[in-house]
Amino acid sequence: MDLKGFGAQIATGAGLTLLVAALSLVIGLAIGGLGAAAKLSGSRPLRVIADAYTTLMRGVPELLILLLLYFGGTVLLTWVAGEYVEVNGLGAGLFALSLLCGAYTTEVLRAAIQSVPRGQLEAARALGLRQAHVVRLVMLPQVWRLALPGLGNTWLVLLKDTSLISVVGLEELMRKSAIAAGATHQPFTFYAVAAGVYLLFTTVSVLGISALERRARRGLARA
Amino acid sequence: MDWQLMLDSLPRFLAGAWLSLKLIGISLVAGAVLSLPIAFARASRRRVLWMPAFAYTFCFRGTPLLVQLYLIYYGAGQFAWVHDSWLWPLLRQPFGCAVIAFAINTAAYQAEILRGGIMAVPVGEVEAARALGMSEWLILRKIVLPQALRLTLPAYGNEIILVVKSSSLASTITLLDITGVARSIVAESFAVYEAFLDAGAVYLILTFLITRAVGAAEGRLMRHLQREDLAKVPSLVPLGS
Amino acid sequence: MRLFLIAALVAATIGFQGQAQAQDKVRIATEGAYAPFNFKAPDGTLQGFDVDIAKVLCERAHLECTIVAQDWDGIIPGLLAKKYDAIVASMSITEERKKKVDFTDKYYQTPARFVQKKGANLTISKDGLKGKTIGAQRSTIHAQYLQDNYADVADIKLYDSQENADLDLTAGRLDLVLADSIVLLEGFLNKPDGKGFEFIGPELKDPKWFGAGAGIAVRPGDAKLKDAFNKALAEIRKDGTYEKIDAKYFPFSIY
Repeated sequence: MDLKGFGAQIATGAGLTLLVAALSLVIGLAIGGLGAAAKLSGSRPLRVIADAYTTLMRGVPELLILLLLYFGGTVLLTWVAGEYVEVNGLGAGLFALSLLCGAYTTEVLRAAIQSVPRGQLEAARALGLRQAHVVRLVMLPQVWRLALPGLGNTWLVLLKDTSLISVVGLEELMRKSAIAAGATHQPFTFYAVAAGVYLLFTTVSVLGISALERRARRGLARA
Repeated sequence: MDWQLMLDSLPRFLAGAWLSLKLIGISLVAGAVLSLPIAFARASRRRVLWMPAFAYTFCFRGTPLLVQLYLIYYGAGQFAWVHDSWLWPLLRQPFGCAVIAFAINTAAYQAEILRGGIMAVPVGEVEAARALGMSEWLILRKIVLPQALRLTLPAYGNEIILVVKSSSLASTITLLDITGVARSIVAESFAVYEAFLDAGAVYLILTFLITRAVGAAEGRLMRHLQREDLAKVPSLVPLGS
Repeated sequence: MRLFLIAALVAATIGFQGQAQAQDKVRIATEGAYAPFNFKAPDGTLQGFDVDIAKVLCERAHLECTIVAQDWDGIIPGLLAKKYDAIVASMSITEERKKKVDFTDKYYQTPARFVQKKGANLTISKDGLKGKTIGAQRSTIHAQYLQDNYADVADIKLYDSQENADLDLTAGRLDLVLADSIVLLEGFLNKPDGKGFEFIGPELKDPKWFGAGAGIAVRPGDAKLKDAFNKALAEIRKDGTYEKIDAKYFPFSIY
């Protein structure tokens, strides 16, 4: 296929897509951990805040959140910090995707934590395990296994949502393709290339996730 | 915050919301119709049936909707033969392109949801119906689909909300939906917060109403079940996606 | 946990740079989808008349400039939000925009024109454009002109970038495109895709809509930067540097 010299640029964009998705996943997981803890905590204000957060992220389009953060983020952060703070496309994109990922993982982790049978925790405590041990040895390995399908799904969503950042000018895969499409007047060619690269990423991800799931289930009897 | 501007732009947002609703409604219905054969093909054991269905769902769920939308809107215009085809009157309009993109996309997701529901209907019930001499069509209509629908209702609710959110992408192909209105207000008056917060509120109201409606529908469909039965109904809500 | 912290730190440093406001460091925004004035080359660099002018002006004014690409839609909000300090993106000096930003003197001025499919024989008048679909770039003087004059008879479609409007004209979704005549000529008509299209109607330059030429936009009150650019602009007009850049792109003067 003739990419008119834009091949290298598109490869760079694909790299940035992966980087943004990976960073958002890591930050989002941290947010999700906090969110799940807040939702399961005894504190009412914490639960209300966490609920408001997930409801908001679930009810408002990602594109709108991204546009708001990109255009409004600088003004808001500058006001908060008291000095000038720059929010570029990458910053706004990472921030928006992390918040989004955080909302999804909050629900995934909450459901996973709640699915660990109570009896097991009680049994562990009855055996004299300290609380830290109960969490590390009994709870977390199971939360991981139970949350994996949901987390894998979140990763796939995230990977695709990175394409939205192109709208605020970050030059990831989609944006690079759009630039090439506009310059060469061959939109089909370049958007098809972008679609192919995304499909490759998801295929590899799906294979990777199912390998992880198999590994996480290894102690379990086949149901 | 310019309250006057927020108030003044309300009629434009209403027009935008109407366009968004038309987009969402038509896409959902067209997607649902399209998803039926795909779901049954996908649940089939015959290779010629499930393999193309699998490829369809995999491709459309594996690439961003934005790419699909651009491929249909800008991509289709690259070829002269498309202009002469019967589809062109539809592809010529951005609205038609958006509906096509959203419908084939949501069809892929809905097909997966429906397949999950079909597979979850207990085999014993289908066998019992056969033993009673019911025809395949009757079994489908009276046993499989009602149960599949009940099992998948939460997932459908989720999918509707995802389509509402995805509809904001229509603004990238010149349509003045809710997000499109917000973006043109920003372009005219640079009132970033006013426009985007207004739009966000409209979407929140929409998703809230839909969540409520799905909840009510769920209550109706489950009304014959006892509380303890209810707990056994497996939830098929896919997280995210 | 440590992984989270490292990632958060990395994100913080690349995403949110607390910007020390150094005196002579200036960031300039251009669009990058408006050939031949500003566009992205296949290697990803920004090029074009605007970019060359910006570079020369910075050199003359002893400013250390970085040029960034920014979508047209958000180019003024971005300036006001201090994402960059000046806009060199073929922005026409209009009364409406002067309410939001300050402009330098003009650095070029070209008329606007309509483009149609060859042989379509449209008449540019209210009657002639009845029921036609006309495209322009969003938030431009051309969009404003169409809206003020033809919104009641024609269907007006606004695009993120001029390139996308051109794409829709070739795709047959538009009957006409209104844009800067040079951009249409060099960026579209003179290219293979523009072969089947032609100018129609007179050159449009009514200052009420089309302003007083393209200027450099700075934040309101930023007289220091504005004066520096104006001084440099006068210099390159006088010593022939401007003509050299002009000649690199156009066979005639666009000042």
